[in-house]
Amino acid sequence: MADVALANTGAAPTRPSGWQGIAADWSSDQRAFKNVSWGKAMMWIFLLSDTFIFSCFLLSYMTVRMSTTVPWPNPSTVFALTIGGTTIPLILIAIMTFILISSSGTMAMAVNFGYRHDRVKSAALMLVTAAFGATFVGMQAFEWTKLIMEGVRPWGNPWGADQFGSSFFMITGFHGTHVTIGVIFLIIISRKVLRGDFDREARGFFTSQKGRYEIVEIMGLYWHFVDLVWVFIFALFYLW
Amino acid sequence: MAQAAVAHVEGQQHPIKLYLVVWGWLFVLSTCSYLVDYFGLHGYLRWSLILVFMILKAGLIVAVFMHMAWERLALMYAILVPPVLVLVFVGIMVFESNYTLFTRLIFFGPGT
Repeated sequence: MADVALANTGAAPTRPSGWQGIAADWSSDQRAFKNVSWGKAMMWIFLLSDTFIFSCFLLSYMTVRMSTTVPWPNPSTVFALTIGGTTIPLILIAIMTFILISSSGTMAMAVNFGYRHDRVKSAALMLVTAAFGATFVGMQAFEWTKLIMEGVRPWGNPWGADQFGSSFFMITGFHGTHVTIGVIFLIIISRKVLRGDFDREARGFFTSQKGRYEIVEIMGLYWHFVDLVWVFIFALFYLW
Repeated sequence: MAQAAVAHVEGQQHPIKLYLVVWGWLFVLSTCSYLVDYFGLHGYLRWSLILVFMILKAGLIVAVFMHMAWERLALMYAILVPPVLVLVFVGIMVFESNYTLFTRLIFFGPGT
């Protein structure tokens, strides 16, 4: 039997697949996630718990929107911008969506170059991702400022149901916080990549584990999750 | 055996082209969902299109960008099945909010 170390991410090729694989992986006294390191498995489980948090926010938004007798403000006009004399519906949110998707693209490539031990390209792509993320947060700050100036408050707004403001600030605020944390996380990891910490397996300050390029992928999981949540917020809050 | 595997396989290795293609598709799908709003589609057509584009985008991000498509089924099911159960919660809250709306209309009807 192969002795798989906890930090080993290499594939163990002889495991059964399909339903039998699930039963075999989960049964008996052993690790359930065979070729996934603890770091990656824990990030996935954290993301699962975060999914439930955002689900609760979106669910409470659905509940207040469905149960109010006052008409809901139309997001299409609330988030419209007037550029060069023409009013374009929802344009700011559309641009923010494209920025976040682009950041996901650069992040995916950063992971790829990280595993190829291409330090400079990986770190550069991560910094581009961080820049996209910071731009996103900046645009969100602009959007918040604009709405607050127009009189949107958590307890009321000029266009309709009072619950619009509280849902908006809660959902986008929590998502913006996630993006901000991700940007900080990205800058820290890209500095480590650039410094070559993962080539010489420098030990981390927190876990004292040997640094490996897998942390770039774990970072990527978090970043893609932030993008994933935005997909749902964009569809359910802004477009619905 | 595992040692030999580690020596030449480190993490996920896929061609960059794959990521660029997925990136392109995400742009196309986002544009489509934006156009739903731009052209002001209404009712069930609007809602179903929004949901379809949302699910396709989420699927592409999870499967390719987060590499879920290449993970073992044990991890896939452990992570992807619990969020699906949130739909039960959605059902409960739809029922609840319909009831709240009903009582509001009965007791705090328009004009009072």
